[in-house]
This record gives sequence, C-alpha cells and structure tokens, in this order.
Amino acid sequence: MARELDTQEGVKVPADGKGESESPAVRRERSSFTCPLDRRSFLKCALASGAALGVCEFAQPLVAMPPWAGPQKQDDSRFTVEAKFYQKLQNKKIKCKLCPRECTVGDRERGYCGVRENRGGTYYTLVHSRVCAAHIDPIEKKPLFHYLPGTLAFSLATAGCNVNCKFCQNWDISQARPEQVPADYAPPKMVAALARQHDCPTIAYTYSEPVVFSEYLMDAADAGHEAGIHSVVVSNGYMQDEALKTAYGKMDAVKIDLKAFTESYYKDVVVGELKPVLDALVTLRKMNKWTEIVYLVVPTLNDSDAEFGGLARWIKTNLGVDVPVHFTQFHPEYLLKNLPITPVPTLERAKAIADAEGLHYVYIGNVPGHPAQNTYCPKCHRMLVERVGFTASRMLIRKGSCPFCHEPVPGVWHA
Amino acid sequence: MRQRGDTSRRDFLKRCLTGAAVLRASGRMELLAVAEQGPALAKSRVVTARDAMLRGAGTTVDSQRILNLLDRAMQTLFNCDNPIEPWKKLVRPGEVVGLKVNALGGRGLSSNLQLVEAICERLQEARIKPNDIVVWDRDSDELEHAGFHVSTGGNRVQCFGTDRLDYEQEPVTHGSVGSRLSKILTQRCNALINVPVLKDHDGAGVTIALKNMYGVIHNPNKYHPNGCNPYIADLNMLPEIRTRMRLTICDATTASYEGGPGYKPEYSWKNNALIVSQDPVALDYTGWQIIERKRAEKGLKTLEGDGRAPLYIATAADAQHRLGTNDPRRIAVVEV
Repeated sequence: MARELDTQEGVKVPADGKGESESPAVRRERSSFTCPLDRRSFLKCALASGAALGVCEFAQPLVAMPPWAGPQKQDDSRFTVEAKFYQKLQNKKIKCKLCPRECTVGDRERGYCGVRENRGGTYYTLVHSRVCAAHIDPIEKKPLFHYLPGTLAFSLATAGCNVNCKFCQNWDISQARPEQVPADYAPPKMVAALARQHDCPTIAYTYSEPVVFSEYLMDAADAGHEAGIHSVVVSNGYMQDEALKTAYGKMDAVKIDLKAFTESYYKDVVVGELKPVLDALVTLRKMNKWTEIVYLVVPTLNDSDAEFGGLARWIKTNLGVDVPVHFTQFHPEYLLKNLPITPVPTLERAKAIADAEGLHYVYIGNVPGHPAQNTYCPKCHRMLVERVGFTASRMLIRKGSCPFCHEPVPGVWHA
Repeated sequence: MRQRGDTSRRDFLKRCLTGAAVLRASGRMELLAVAEQGPALAKSRVVTARDAMLRGAGTTVDSQRILNLLDRAMQTLFNCDNPIEPWKKLVRPGEVVGLKVNALGGRGLSSNLQLVEAICERLQEARIKPNDIVVWDRDSDELEHAGFHVSTGGNRVQCFGTDRLDYEQEPVTHGSVGSRLSKILTQRCNALINVPVLKDHDGAGVTIALKNMYGVIHNPNKYHPNGCNPYIADLNMLPEIRTRMRLTICDATTASYEGGPGYKPEYSWKNNALIVSQDPVALDYTGWQIIERKRAEKGLKTLEGDGRAPLYIATAADAQHRLGTNDPRRIAVVEV
C-alpha cells in the first residue's frame, strides 16, 4: 500500500546544493522573502539558504514518511487513471500522443516513459497522485528568477521520464517505473492544501519529467488555482503541441531545459529530439506563458562557441531578448561520470556570447556566489535582484521596473 | 650466465601467461560446458525436440512427457546417454542456479510450469540443492498469474520476482544500455539457465532468448525503440549476464506468430517442442525461422515485410558483440 502524505508540521531538511536534484524522501526547505528584510525574514532567508547549501543536517522531514525498508507493493488502482492523450488502434493497440515519440503500445505493455500502460486497448497513466518526491524549495532552485523571487514552491514529482539523459541528477526516480520507487498518495486537493498550509504561493512540478504526469499536473493545477495557488512546471519541453497547449496552458510559468542546440546531442545524450523542444518554446511564447530556459553546459559535448552563439541567435529571433537564459554547471552523474564539472570560465564564455548577441537576462547557475546569479537592469546595468545560494537576498524591482532608470523588467513579480 | 632462480624477461612473461591460462581453466570445472563458443569454425548446435502427444488427449502439458522431451533434447545437445549427465556438465553442487523464466504472457504464453518443474527435478538429481534453485522473473504477481507458486523460504525451490529483492542501486553499462540489474541475478545466482518462450513481438520482431534478458533490468521500456536494436545485444554483453549464462531452454510448447508479446489465442499455436542451445544467437535465429514458417503458413507477411525484422539478432552476432552466430551455415539444427 502506498502511504498517504502526512500534513504535520516539521523542520526543514537540507537540499544538496545542486540544481533541481532530488532524493526520494520527502523534505522541506523553507524560506521567506520580504523587502526590505526585517530581522525575522533575514533569519528565515539565512536558514533557507543554509539548507539549500546543505549545511543544516539537523533537520527532519516536513511531511512524515516512514523509512522505506525495500520494495513495497503499492495499490496501483488508486493511481491509475485513463490517459488523456492517445489514440486507439486495431488489435487493442494504442498510439500515445503525449510526446513526439508517439509510442505504439500493445496490450499489457508500457510506453517509453514506463508510467503509462495499455490495458485491453485503453491507455492508463499509473502515476496520478503517486508522488515519489516532495520538497518545499525556494523558487530560485527551479531556477525561475523572474517569477515571484524569494517565495517558496511546493515541489513534487512522480516516477518516470520520456527521455533518458545520460547526465540526469534524478535518474533514480526519473528512470524508474512507478512500482520501483516508494510513493505517497497525494490527490490534487491535498497538494493544494499542503502548499497553502506551508505558505507556498506556488506548486512546482519538477525533479523527474512532468510531461509524463500531465493528467495529474493538470488536476493539481486546477485544485491549486481554486485555492489561490499558482503552478509552475520544470520540463524538457519534449511534448506534442496539443498536449503542451492543454497541460501547460494551466501553468503560470514554465522552465524548459534546452539541453543542447544540436540534434546529435539530443539523439546521443538525451535520447530525444531538438526540434520539438524548439517548437514547444515558440508555442509557449505565443501562449504568453512566462518561460525561462536552462542550458546545462556539459564539457566537450555541448560547450562550443558555435552552439552558444546559435542558441542565443535562435532565442533572440524566435523568443525575444527578454527570455532569461541560465547556463548551468554540470556535475558528473548517472551515465556521464567520466566528464569533469563544467569549468566556470566555460560558463562565463557562454554568457559572454549570449550577452554579445543581445540577450538581456543571461545567468550562470550552480555556481554559488557568482555575480551572474544576480539580475541587472539591461539599460542602466544596476543590480536589481541579488541572490545568495537559492535565496533572493535583495529585491529592488518596483512595479515591474528598474527603480533607477524605470526600464521595464519582464517577469511575474507579484502573486 | 644466469643463476638458479633468476628469471629472464621472456621466462617471466611465459610464466605469467601460463599462470593466467591455469587460472582461467581452474575457474570452472573441466567438464563444465561453457557458454562461450569453441573454435571459430565450429558449428553451434541447436536441438529442437518435439512430441506431438505432449498434451495427450487434453490441453495441459503432461509432466512425464515433457520430462522425457527435456531429456531427449539435453542428451542430444550434450551427446550423453544418461539424462542426468548433461546437467552435471552444466552446473556443480553448491552453485545457485537461476531459471530466468518469462511470465509476461499469463497462463497462456509464459514459460511452461511443467517444463520448469522438469528442469528443477533434473538439477536436483545433479546434486543442486532445492533451495539453490531460483525460478524468477521481474514480478512476483506476474509469476503467480502465470501459474507459479511464489516461494521464498524453506528447503524447497525458490520462486519470486525482483520486486522481492530489488535492483542494484548503481546502473551498469555496455554500449547503448545503462541499467540497474536484478539482485536475484547479481547477488543470488552463480549460474543462469534462460527459459524463454517462442514469441512474436510487435517491436522487436521476435522475443526468444536474448530479449528475455529485458526481465533482468529495471528499465526495459527505455530499450524498445528501433526494434530493440542494438539494445538487446548490448544488454546481453553485460558481464553479469554473460558470465553466468550456461544454457537456453526455449519453451516452444505453445508459441505465437503474431500479436505478441501478449497472449492472443488467435495467434498462438501448440507447437509441442523445446529448443535447446548454448548459443543464444543461433537459438534466436532458429526460433525466428520457425515463426516465419508459421507466418507463411497463415498467409502473413514476413517480419521484414511487416517492417519488424529482428535485426538485433545480427547485431548480437557482429564483431562488436560475438554473442553467437546467426549464420545458418554455422548452425547445426538437430531435430529429435
């Protein structure tokens, strides 16, 4: 049997200091943001920052979860809901229409993601309300830098992913089938209630790949909006157009991992395709969804000047210069343990190239203390948001504009 | 002039090489039949044993007849007069022998229960203790649906799925594959006998010996694109699998020629046969041809014509893999 999320209060647990890395234990990070900072807020921020940097080992889980003593049988029926995006074929086969892979799945089989199963010609998601990781994170950890800075996001994931990135930091949940990882039953209204209970203005669908739990994401977003809670998604964007419009249409902001700017990298390292992701970014732009882009720079694989330049030019032409782009540092993980951590000068080179192309908001990520974590006014170049770790420590933007030169700064600054 | 005890560089190298050879030989009993192939031009033997009366007048496989059929196949493959002798060449007392069955097809199209019982009987007669025999697949529930009785304790044959023991924490890799392996394979078994079913597969073309190893890993869903090629071959290259694999006994008592891998009675037939080999590639090639003949008989397109020729079989035989041969000139199919 799966366990139910316990909503009792607890103390925070540190994250590991890396980007959206996660472990399948339910944890909490809590911070607060006010500007100017009062003493209480400062202490809260400091604690959250320390937690994010992994220095507070005294903490306990917010959402109590008994220790997992090995594989347990879960009651599949409570997580099994008919999928929304598929087409029925002859001989009880189906064609999945969720992602561009378009798996044709025979009876009793699953698609590439491993979380959708054909049962007698009807396709089911097995991960509705089946939460294998839940944390309270600063929104900066997603990273979303132009979306409610200094606030918290109730962040959750289910098992599964529709690609297989060789560098995945969360591969233990993203590359697993749902029955292989412990999970809690967290129906949409419970998620909204938990978010509200813990002062999170946002629910974040993250860690693994939300594309594969689109039905749950949509229901949770609806429940959240009814309770006044926003929703954001951290996704690879490898999704079919209709599914993207339907599911991510319910989001208040989107972060897309654009993993490289070559099809060969997508084929060999991601096991996916670049073009559908670029198409998704254009669609999100047309939908006026607040979107930020992360580009994980992997040494020798996607770190050439030509790729950085091509990426920046494409963004400028197709999305505009105001889309934030985060060049983040790679850490050896999963099937790419033979490569080193991305040198900081490589990230700085990427930023310089993107800056030179005219992009306004280019950040460097996973490098604590780097000045390129801050937001600067593209016109007067004064610092507008200062960040320490995953915490926004100073926030000077007023009414969506630079307080010094009144240049508008795009983003979602108020709930 | 060298003194006694002095060693020249040439002598040293000779001794090292000899030592390595001795160590290699002593790693297994001399009589053990190894899965690796012999001289380059030797033929791989694939034995097909058939009994038209396997089910008597009924529909269930008769236990005694399938034991006899198994004996016939094994004695032919290993050139033995005694039914126990082949097993003694294959395993030795003290080893834990895993029987990797295929339970995906429910009662209709999974590894036959009576066949597995017959294998267990002969293994015990070869002095393998009952609780040193593990009948396993991915999931215990699937095993039960296929008719197996899950058993995890006592002095009896063990039978359970990886769900009871979990997968290794760290993935292992070869080529295109990176997966966590079942702890049943890595922590329980010294020796592996593969007991797949002869089946059609809508993606891979056929699923027989090589593809049955998808049940060993935690993420088989990741390796179905492109007709499972080269994933199946790469997976079978993993040392944890390759070094344990001793034999394949393919259950072809009931087989499918279309609509697989699930059980569809309309596309299945009572073939009443076993296919046995130590070369999984040769066995898969042979099984593929059997399925093609049945498809032709039923007026269906070839698998190639259907866009799903099992290309992974050739990949498994190529210079990068050398898991066996798919060259019909190098396969000796013996029908008994």
